[in-house]
Amino acid sequence: MSTTMVDPATANAPETALANRARFASLVQRQGALAIFVVVVAVASVSFDTFASQGNITGIAVQASFLAMLALGMTFVIMTGGIDLSVGSVFALGGVLAAWGAQHGTLVAFVLPLAVCGAIGLVQGLIIARGGLPPFIVTLAGLLFARGLLLLLSDEGATTYKVPRGSSFRELAQGELLGIPYPVVLVVVFFAIGGLVLHRTSYGASVLAIGGQEDAADLMGLPVVRTKVLTYVASALLAGFGGVMIASYTSSGVTILGVGTELEAIAAVVLGGTLLTGGAGTVLGTLVGVLLLQVIKNVINQVGSLDSDWQSVVSGTILLLVVTLQRALTRGDRA
Amino acid sequence: MSDGTATATVAERSERSGTRFDIDWVRRNGVFVALGLLLLANVFLTDNFVSTGTLRLQLVQVAPVVIVALGMALVIGTEGIDLSVGAVMALAAALIPLYVGYGSVGAIVIGLVAGAVVGLIAGVLVGVVGVQPIVATLGLMVAIRGVANLFGGEIKSIREPGLVSLGTGDVVGVPYVVVIAAVVSLAVWLVVRRSTYGRQLVAVGGNKLAARLAGLPVRRVLVTTYVVSGLLAAMAGILLAARSQASDPTKLGQLMELSAITAVVIGGTPLSGGQVRILGTIAGALLMQLITATLIFHDIPDSTAQIVQAVIVIVAVYVQLGRGKARRS
Repeated sequence: MSTTMVDPATANAPETALANRARFASLVQRQGALAIFVVVVAVASVSFDTFASQGNITGIAVQASFLAMLALGMTFVIMTGGIDLSVGSVFALGGVLAAWGAQHGTLVAFVLPLAVCGAIGLVQGLIIARGGLPPFIVTLAGLLFARGLLLLLSDEGATTYKVPRGSSFRELAQGELLGIPYPVVLVVVFFAIGGLVLHRTSYGASVLAIGGQEDAADLMGLPVVRTKVLTYVASALLAGFGGVMIASYTSSGVTILGVGTELEAIAAVVLGGTLLTGGAGTVLGTLVGVLLLQVIKNVINQVGSLDSDWQSVVSGTILLLVVTLQRALTRGDRA
Repeated sequence: MSDGTATATVAERSERSGTRFDIDWVRRNGVFVALGLLLLANVFLTDNFVSTGTLRLQLVQVAPVVIVALGMALVIGTEGIDLSVGAVMALAAALIPLYVGYGSVGAIVIGLVAGAVVGLIAGVLVGVVGVQPIVATLGLMVAIRGVANLFGGEIKSIREPGLVSLGTGDVVGVPYVVVIAAVVSLAVWLVVRRSTYGRQLVAVGGNKLAARLAGLPVRRVLVTTYVVSGLLAAMAGILLAARSQASDPTKLGQLMELSAITAVVIGGTPLSGGQVRILGTIAGALLMQLITATLIFHDIPDSTAQIVQAVIVIVAVYVQLGRGKARRS
C-alpha cells in the first residue's frame, strides 16, 4: 500500500490480495490438519525406525478405524449445525450387543446392535428435529441412556460377553483382504460412500443447506425434519457399527469402552476443517483428523520415555492451535 | 368470512398466550415444584430419610456440583459452555499433594491459581481469538486432563490436617464443604444481581453485537467469566480431594461437566444465553442429587438410574423450552 501511483494493471491488487488471503485461509481451514499430518508422519518416519514399518502402519490404520466410523457420522451431524454426544456410549453398547449376539449366530451379532443403535438415533433425531430441543442436551441424555442400557445388559458391567471360538463373526475385524485388514477396507468404503452422499445426493445438499441456515432451508422447502432425523440415525448406526467392529476385533463386549470417545470424534471432525457452526466441511478432512490423532498417539508410544498422558496433552494442544489458526486467518480476512 | 377468521385468530391467540403463560410459570418454577414433590415422596416412602445423617450426606455430596454449576451458569449466561471444568477439578486436586509442603493454605492457593489460569486460557480463546466455546473448552478438557495425570500420576493420599478438616470438619454441625458452597452461592447471586459485571454478563449473553455497540467491554466480561468458572471448578476439585483425603487425577471430576450443565439447564437457564438463574441452578443440582439418592435408597441399580436420569433430563428440558404447543403449530 506504499505506492500511491495507481497503475491500471494493479488497480485490483488489494482485491486480489484479499481474494488470495481468503483462499489461503480456506486452504488452512480445509487442509491445515493434512499439513500437520504430513509433517508429523515425515518427522516420525525419520526419527523412529519402527514407525514406517508395515506392522506399525497397519496397526495405526486398524486402531484408527473404530474412531473413524464415529467421526464419519459426527461429520454429518456437525454439518447440520448439531452435535452428537451419545456416540461414545452407543459405540460401547453396539459392541456389547454384538458380542452377546454372536453367541446366537453371526447374523444376530450384526442385526441386533444395528437395530438397537438405529432406534436410539431415531428417537434422538425425532426429539431434536420435531421437538426442537437442543441437540447438545438430547444427545447428552442419549449418552446416559445408552450407557445405562449397556450396564443393564452386562449385570452392571460385571459380565463381559465373549464371541465364541470359531464364530465367523470374528472374521469381520480379524480377517483381511489382499493383506489389508477388513476394518481398514470398511472405513475406506464407508468414507467413499459418505463423500458421494454428501456431494452427489439431494440429502447431502440438504445437510449443508440446513447447517448453513436452517430457516432458509425450511423456507426453500427442503425436508429439514427428515434430513435431520436421517442424520442422527446414520450417526448412531455408524457408532453402533464401530462397536460391532471392535467386538469382532477384541472377540468380546468390553463394557468400559467409549468413555470420552464422542469428544475424540468431535476433535477429529474439527481438525478436519468442518465448522462447528455447520454448513461446511469435508468427509476426507475428518479422515485426516482421525489419522492425525491416531498418529500422535502412536508417536508418543514410540518415545518410550514419554508418559502416555502426553497423548491427550498434545492432541488437545493441536486442536486448540488449529482452531486458533483458523480463526486468526478468517478474522484477518474479514477486517 | 374475514370476521370469523379474525375471531378465530383472537381466540387462538388468547389460548396460545394462556398456554405460554402456564409454560412460562412451569419453566421458572418447575424445578422447585419437582424438588418439593420428590422430597415429600421421600419423607413418606423412604425409611430413615428424615435424619441428620441422610441430610448431611446429601448436602456434602451435592456441594461440589453446586459450586461447579454456578460457574457453568455464568458461562452459559454468556451463551457459552465450559467443558473443561472436570479436568480443572482434577488438575487442582493433583497439585494439592505436590505443594502441601507450603502448608494447606499455600497448596490451596496454588490449586486455585491453576484453575484461574486454565479459565484465562479458555476466556482468551473464546473472548479474544473468537473460538467457539465448545471447541475451546473441549481442547482444554483433553489437554488439562493429561496435564493433571502428568502432575498427579497415581492416586495420592492427603494427610495434611488442615486439608482433612476442611474436607470432613464442620462448624455448628454444618460441614465446611456445605458452608463454602452456600457462601459461594450467595456471592455469585450478589454478583449477578447487584454488580455492573453481572448486568454486563447478561447483556453480552443476550446479544453480543448489541452489547459491543453499546460500548460494553465484551472481551473483558467473557474472559472474567471463564476465569471465574475455572476458579470455582478448582475450588470444587480441592474440596472433593480434601473430603476423600486423596487425589485421583484420572477419575476426579469425570463427567462433572455434564452434571453441571444438567443442573443449570434443569434450573431454567436457557442454553441460548442472556439469563442466569442462580436459585434454579442450585435447585437443579439438588434435584439431580435427590433423584440419584432416591434410586439408591430403593436399591435401584446404576444402569436403571442412568436411564431414568436420561428421561428426566429430556422431559425437563422439553417443559422448560415451552415447546409443547406454542411452537410449530
